[in-house]
Amino acid sequence: MAATDGQQFPPPKVLTYPASAPPLLVTQGAEGRLYKTTHLAPNRPCALKYRPPKPYRHPILDARLTKARISSEAKVLERCWREGVPVPAVYAMDPAAGWMMMEWIEGIPARVGINKLLGDRREEEEEEDAEAPLPETCETLLADLMRRIGAAIGALHKTGVVHGDLTTSNMMLRPRRRGYGNGSGADGDGDDAEVLKGDVVLIDFGLATQSMSDEDRAVDLYVLERAFASTHPRAERLFATVLEAYKETFKKASSVLVKLEDVRMRGRKRSMLG
Amino acid sequence: MALERLDLEHIPPSYQIYTAFFRDVSNADFLYAQLLSRNSEFEYAFIDASSVISRLHLFSAIYSAVNVLLDGNLRTPNVHSEIVVSLNINNNIADAYRRWGITPSKTKDLVVVKVVPTSNAQDESSTTIQTQQAVWEHLSQQVQGTPTPLTDDELAKTTDWPKVRKYYRLNGVPALDRVADEQDKRKQSEKLAIMGMALRGL
Ligand SMILES: Nc1ncnc2c1ncn2[C@@H]1O[C@H](COP(=O)(O)OP(=O)(O)O)[C@@H](O)[C@H]1O
Ligand SMILES: [Mg+2]
Repeated sequence: MAATDGQQFPPPKVLTYPASAPPLLVTQGAEGRLYKTTHLAPNRPCALKYRPPKPYRHPILDARLTKARISSEAKVLERCWREGVPVPAVYAMDPAAGWMMMEWIEGIPARVGINKLLGDRREEEEEEDAEAPLPETCETLLADLMRRIGAAIGALHKTGVVHGDLTTSNMMLRPRRRGYGNGSGADGDGDDAEVLKGDVVLIDFGLATQSMSDEDRAVDLYVLERAFASTHPRAERLFATVLEAYKETFKKASSVLVKLEDVRMRGRKRSMLG
Repeated sequence: MALERLDLEHIPPSYQIYTAFFRDVSNADFLYAQLLSRNSEFEYAFIDASSVISRLHLFSAIYSAVNVLLDGNLRTPNVHSEIVVSLNINNNIADAYRRWGITPSKTKDLVVVKVVPTSNAQDESSTTIQTQQAVWEHLSQQVQGTPTPLTDDELAKTTDWPKVRKYYRLNGVPALDRVADEQDKRKQSEKLAIMGMALRGL
């Protein structure tokens, strides 16, 4: 399947030039693709984000949009990085050709880590179990992760950036120690726990904007709250911990949290009407 | 031979990239004059080593310039001048030459880059060796200085950090100020410099 895909949508020209290892297609989304490849040296992995031309759009408009989006994502990443918000560094880019190379973040998306810990169940089962208490160690680990997620979002909002697509898929858990994977517990549970202790790194700033508005910030939190409820129903209660840590990291959080109430209310009304 | 052939990821085989490092250069004025008069025998990127952080930093500029060359979007006369302007974080070309290029009576330590097209070579390997030898013969005759291995350690000896911090706007950056360890701070500074180059002019 990958091979036919590759023929239907050729990779960007930059990936057709030789490298020590072939590029790996990680995800293929509606807007673009993400490859794992290398920057300058074989031991320097990078993520290459590529937005291919859209045949249904006027070519001049399409080129302009692609360029603007890649540039905007890179600019936000630089701004965040300078301010110390944990995001990948930008390595190289060609906005006109629709690609950007950034630091490869080791580890796994938070979504995967959380679900591993909670056990991979089908959704119906999840709902039945949603009320069942989690084992205490599990609870502590998750609460601690929620705090780190809240702190990362607080730091992000402090710099005047809203993410626009906050989900647990757009957060990586980067193993903390250099040369991780050495000598962690042999049993699977220990490894799952170890993974959750990783540093939270925010990714996917394709929809990010610069904004200082409480409303925009509240919507950011609301989107994550909804995503959380549907992806991790067993851990939904723990979302309050995200907000707690957010409040501790970000001075102006209180007015955002007031706005969040409004946003939730509107969300509820909308779902009742719809 | 102190001319290193670089093997960078995602560079088409139609180009060979060579680099060398000379310490205590005594004829910067002469070399600068050759560039100024567009002497075609001096198609090199001459880079003042005091504004270079590391190999990675240098390679990022080379990679960027070769990409621009492949796209057919050179904004300067050739790929060598493009390497120099790729080290800048804005689009001011004159500034880039002044900051990263060779400066008469100032440049003491010199990094040299040469990009050679190999596209019409019949037997690539033998042509490559000849070219590499020819390039080195010319360079070692023309540059009066001490050939030095282009390693991170050697480069670190000549980096003028106050200057680099100014060029890459590294002063008062929260992400750097909170790093205590000097070695880590340099690694982070290098990252930020490369990021600034990648985003040049945005
Ligand atoms: N810098 C990175 N390092 C490691 N993995 C990444 C990086 N960026 C993205 N990914 C992986 O690729 C996936 C898709 O990337 P993302 O930027 O979220 O694009 P999309 O718009 O398709 O969601 C992510 O969920 C993550 O698993
Ligand atoms: Mg995503």
